[in-house]
Amino acid sequence: MSQTAESLRVTATPAAHEAIARLRAAEGRPVMFAQSGGCCAGSTPMCYPGGELIVGDADVLLGEIDGCLFYIDRRLDEAWHQDQFILDVAAGEPEGFSLPAGDNLHFVTRTPACAPPAAPAAGSAPHRAP
Amino acid sequence: MRYVPPGQPGSVVPVEARYENFIGGKWIAPTDGKYRVDLSPATAGSITEVPNSTPADIELALDAAHAAKDAWGEMPAAGRAEVLNAIADAVEKNKEMLAVAESWENGKPVRETLAADVPLVVDHFRYFAAAARAEEGRSTEIDKDLVAYHFREPLGVVGQIIPFNFPLLMAAWKLAPALAAGNCSVIKPASPTPWSILKLMETIEDVLPPGVINVVNGPGGQIGKALATNPRIAKISFTGETVTGRLIMQYAAQNLIPSTVELGGKSPNIFFGDVMASDDEFLDKAVEGLILYAFNKGEVCTCPSRALIQEDIYDEFMARCLDRIAAIRQGNPLDTETQLGPQVSADQMEKIASYVEIGRGEGAEVLTGGQRAAVGGEFADGYYFQPTVLRGDNKMRVFQEEIFGPVLAATTFRDDAEALAIANDTLYGLGAGVWTRDGTRAYQMGRAIKAGRVWTNCYHQYPAGAAFGGYKISGIGRENHRMMLDHYSQTKNLLVSYSTKPLGLF
Repeated sequence: MSQTAESLRVTATPAAHEAIARLRAAEGRPVMFAQSGGCCAGSTPMCYPGGELIVGDADVLLGEIDGCLFYIDRRLDEAWHQDQFILDVAAGEPEGFSLPAGDNLHFVTRTPACAPPAAPAAGSAPHRAP
Repeated sequence: MRYVPPGQPGSVVPVEARYENFIGGKWIAPTDGKYRVDLSPATAGSITEVPNSTPADIELALDAAHAAKDAWGEMPAAGRAEVLNAIADAVEKNKEMLAVAESWENGKPVRETLAADVPLVVDHFRYFAAAARAEEGRSTEIDKDLVAYHFREPLGVVGQIIPFNFPLLMAAWKLAPALAAGNCSVIKPASPTPWSILKLMETIEDVLPPGVINVVNGPGGQIGKALATNPRIAKISFTGETVTGRLIMQYAAQNLIPSTVELGGKSPNIFFGDVMASDDEFLDKAVEGLILYAFNKGEVCTCPSRALIQEDIYDEFMARCLDRIAAIRQGNPLDTETQLGPQVSADQMEKIASYVEIGRGEGAEVLTGGQRAAVGGEFADGYYFQPTVLRGDNKMRVFQEEIFGPVLAATTFRDDAEALAIANDTLYGLGAGVWTRDGTRAYQMGRAIKAGRVWTNCYHQYPAGAAFGGYKISGIGRENHRMMLDHYSQTKNLLVSYSTKPLGLF
């Protein structure tokens, strides 16, 4: 889990930076991210209070955004072979136990090739209004 | 036939303006009085309001469950079975209403909810009613005068967290065995589908003792966590994605309670050359078997999203499949002619589109579909995605990660060994399909594939009585089978001496 070697693999859109700032203020401490896979909300990053998910040697630290660590399961990382992750926010409530990225917003990860041109993706029709 | 959307004049589904949590047999407003709107993915229009609960509501639900657990746990199995059968009867009587409600909230075609989801709910409650009655303890004669009696005892109150893709059936999968084993449940529906389970509770509230099932809706980060970490639950079960699965197990470890998790898959569906040995009904079944990737819009943990086709039949077999895919009818989920409804949310639809782009970027060829589907009229805002087929190879990310949409990743193989290698080259191991006219090959492949369920010459059947669950990172535990009673009970051993003789040690 060498932080220096992998700290460049994740970046954040302005909307994600803003969401993190709000969460940090609300929680009074950094949050953390863990990229999920599998059913339902698989492929989305989960956001928790810092330290909530116990990480270990099975995890890769993708990087740090505004003091918040971002992990992925090593096996998932190998299967995805995706070098760069872009943290963004999108409309809709988060799944699982993830903290929301704002009112009716949740975090998403994008790949550089698929990032929308203007990056913030919160403009689409929300499935769940607050 | 076309059903009228819930709440509109002439609909089989009456809709209140607002719903409450179902706690202790009553409809209880959320403690802090907050609600949110529940939308239909077909139109992005409002259905109703549901509670946006807080941890205090989980505590109320746990109070109710604990108040009910002794009487329910001590009820003779015949009595519990009677309740489960009464639930099944009530669901059966209201089949159309529940099918339409679930279809409108989730987006899945009503032909699926009428033919699969709701009948399977009935099937599961009846199966576990029977399983509860047939359950028996064991006794062992350790020696002539020493007998070990084993009794199954309920755990007490369990927490259950279910996904959005089968709002009613996933509830039944978890509730039926928990209740059959004598437990009371606090269940948290998924955020995108909070309402159809409340229609289920309306349907069964008169036959259910208060507190046995308690339903609380709200944000997972608050109430899901409050439930999963709660020291007043004796077990937690979850269906969803992997990181939450880890967290569930972490919380369970911290409270030293058991957990079961089902976390999805990337299921291979393998078609051997001999399926085309004859142009007959079986070949037709196999073609449909491939297209089942579009069942429930691909929002299925076991979606057969990797098609492995033997190279000598690939062109002809795929051509037949593409013809059938081109005929898929997308549109109003409440039209019984509709075969493919909208994805559950805008986010889900966007995620699917981005995966198709990732596939393209990695060199996959788009054989059909690949973008948002234009369904006009009142469904113009619905989250429809075209049924899509990508051709590529198994190392591509679209072959490795669950897309949860109507997107098939297809590739070819030369022989059995290569088919098996590709099938098992995945982190997941939930489902698999094998299609062949050769029984020996079917058996050998089925045993060698590292997945909890291998459909053989069929796919997407979920009868109660067939164990379902994951190998590898697809999860821990099994569902749909009476072995689940083990997951929801603990063993009490009475070791009884019928001898009067002291041990002689002291």
